[in-house]
Amino acid sequence: MEKRTRLCLGFGGLLVALLLLIVWNVNAGSVHVTPGEILSILWGKGGDGAVIVRGIRLPRIFAAALLGGALALSGFLLQTFFANPIAGPFILGISSGAKLILSLTLIVFLSRGVAVGSLALIVASFCGAMLSMGFVLLISSKVKRMSLLIISGVMIGYICSAVTDFVITFADDANIINLHHWSLGSFSGITWGNVGVMAAVILPALVLAFLLSKPIGAYQLGEVYAQNMGVNIRLFRAVLILLSSVLSAAVTAFAGPISFVGVAVPHIVRTVFKTAKPLIMIPACFLGGAVFCLLCDLIARTAFAPTELSISSVTALFGAPVVILVMLRRQKENL
Amino acid sequence: MDTWYLHTEHMDVGYDGVPLLRDVEIGVRRGEILTLIGPNGSGKSTILKSMIRQLRLLAGVVVLDGHTMAAMKEGEIAKKMAILMTERLRAELMTGEDVVSTGRYPYTGRLGILTKADREKVREAIALVHGEEFANRPFAQLSDGQRQRLLLARAVCQEPEVIVLDEPTSFLDVKHKLELLEILKRLVRERNVAVVMSLHELDLAQKISDRVVSVTKDGVDRCDTPENIFQSAYIEALYGMESGSYNALFGSLEMARVWGEPRVFVIGGGGNGIPVYRALQRRGVPFDAGVLAENDVDYWVARALAVETVSVPAFAPMDEEAVAKASALIIKCDHVVCCLDTFGELNQGNRSLRDEAQRQGKLLPLNRLSELWTGGDR
Repeated sequence: MEKRTRLCLGFGGLLVALLLLIVWNVNAGSVHVTPGEILSILWGKGGDGAVIVRGIRLPRIFAAALLGGALALSGFLLQTFFANPIAGPFILGISSGAKLILSLTLIVFLSRGVAVGSLALIVASFCGAMLSMGFVLLISSKVKRMSLLIISGVMIGYICSAVTDFVITFADDANIINLHHWSLGSFSGITWGNVGVMAAVILPALVLAFLLSKPIGAYQLGEVYAQNMGVNIRLFRAVLILLSSVLSAAVTAFAGPISFVGVAVPHIVRTVFKTAKPLIMIPACFLGGAVFCLLCDLIARTAFAPTELSISSVTALFGAPVVILVMLRRQKENL
Repeated sequence: MDTWYLHTEHMDVGYDGVPLLRDVEIGVRRGEILTLIGPNGSGKSTILKSMIRQLRLLAGVVVLDGHTMAAMKEGEIAKKMAILMTERLRAELMTGEDVVSTGRYPYTGRLGILTKADREKVREAIALVHGEEFANRPFAQLSDGQRQRLLLARAVCQEPEVIVLDEPTSFLDVKHKLELLEILKRLVRERNVAVVMSLHELDLAQKISDRVVSVTKDGVDRCDTPENIFQSAYIEALYGMESGSYNALFGSLEMARVWGEPRVFVIGGGGNGIPVYRALQRRGVPFDAGVLAENDVDYWVARALAVETVSVPAFAPMDEEAVAKASALIIKCDHVVCCLDTFGELNQGNRSLRDEAQRQGKLLPLNRLSELWTGGDR
């Protein structure tokens, strides 16, 4: 019974936080919009803030929620896959790989004056994510220690970032500002069209992940046991890799690399819900990621307004300590 | 005609494409326990891992219930075969009961939610291993023995027709070793389950197995009844025992005999001699033993530990010849220890040996045995 109360409280808390942050995010900014105005704008009435809310803030809010959820979910899937509590798309260099290929694609297309669509961005980003993932998998087959895997991932991330910086340096002036801004991570400049595409990619991935709860739960016990429980290990591993790559690729395509959400959120969710069951973790991580990113974006936008911080700096500020915490706790458990 | 439930045909097993054992052919029927024994590193675990598909076969096939396992779906196998391997099961934030209930996985729906009937089976399985007391605690905080019992419960509630276990008794104390094997016996008897396992405890393997497979570095050596496998000479050769000895009757091990010029003659019988033999062996004192009937428990230990043992056939009177032989040995010894207080009708020879030792001043009372290695009141 106590378990059920915890579940209700947890999900209830997440939903309330999500709602509050949405209202707050709509409200906050250089132009203040009161909650009363928000309602009337949502009902389709015009007003001073209508353009700002409908054209800028709302798509940004949707993007932050969707992408945040995707990051957290991707982190959870990677942690399951590598049986490593500090695995995540950013730490393992997967976001950076996506960023690299994405920058190359953008520069090649933009220099020829061709506009790049949302879907093409995601595809390029996915190729980059798979590239990094390939390297990480190669390394993970050689090393068994989880710290070594993480270090390798961080190194892959650095290499990709370095190459991206080279590429950006030699790009056309006009592209540089946009690229540079994007390569630090930001939710700004998102259109309703972008939101539609990201929803079309992320939501099916979320549903698929949820439907895979059962084999994910089995896989958490260890490969030997999962196989005996009737999981087709090879197929399952492939699906897990594809899912987590698609999710982190979608995020990178629209918001650039965002750090530590993938590690911090699943960990916080596990601690709050006191379970690792995927049936609960998957929706809770998604909601938690959305809440986390909305909060971080709010801070990024408003802390030093009108100057906007990069979202990654804010998420790192909150997320990195969680990683340290996880490592310390693991250390204690191992001793 | 053998009706194997699970068997291998021309199976080559090994790691990374390098065969460790070739042409392994073993099989188990339902309602039968098959035990793999053999020295460390001979490949028992490798065989088991290959049979559960954890390792890819290098050649040959494994047949489960008439079907080649390689062609079977994972879900199908999961309903027929449960495992308990030495790999650690990761159970983050899971209670013991959570772990046990993962055994129901093959029977649950798409999202893996347990029904009332599933929960009932989980409870039954926990009760079977007497795990109710700790099933609600976090799995990670349980002792190795408690975990092992819950993992067995997990295998049980998977309702398998064959269970494969790799050294299931390794972390258990004697009570739980027996209990675990008793549960396996019950599953075999009541549910007609087939069991394949590896065991290091030869005494237990001898008692619980219906058939035994002996594995050496060169492959499966023999597959036979425990009565035929557990022969002292064969086991000593199988394990390459160079010191000490194995007694097939009791399934017990004795330390290596102390060789040398015997200084003590021990008169034993009826189990009274064994503690003295062992004490002398521990202190490195070579000794002779006698006069023992060959159906005396002391006889078996004396034969393993004494330099020379004087014996007479079972239920035969102690003849002149045996007594003469013993007194010849006593003449060469400095001391005689007599472990007997009373002498039965067939045991009068030992009484005369004791009296003779007393006359020679060689008789050492049991409570002064330690003088043999401390040097006495010198």
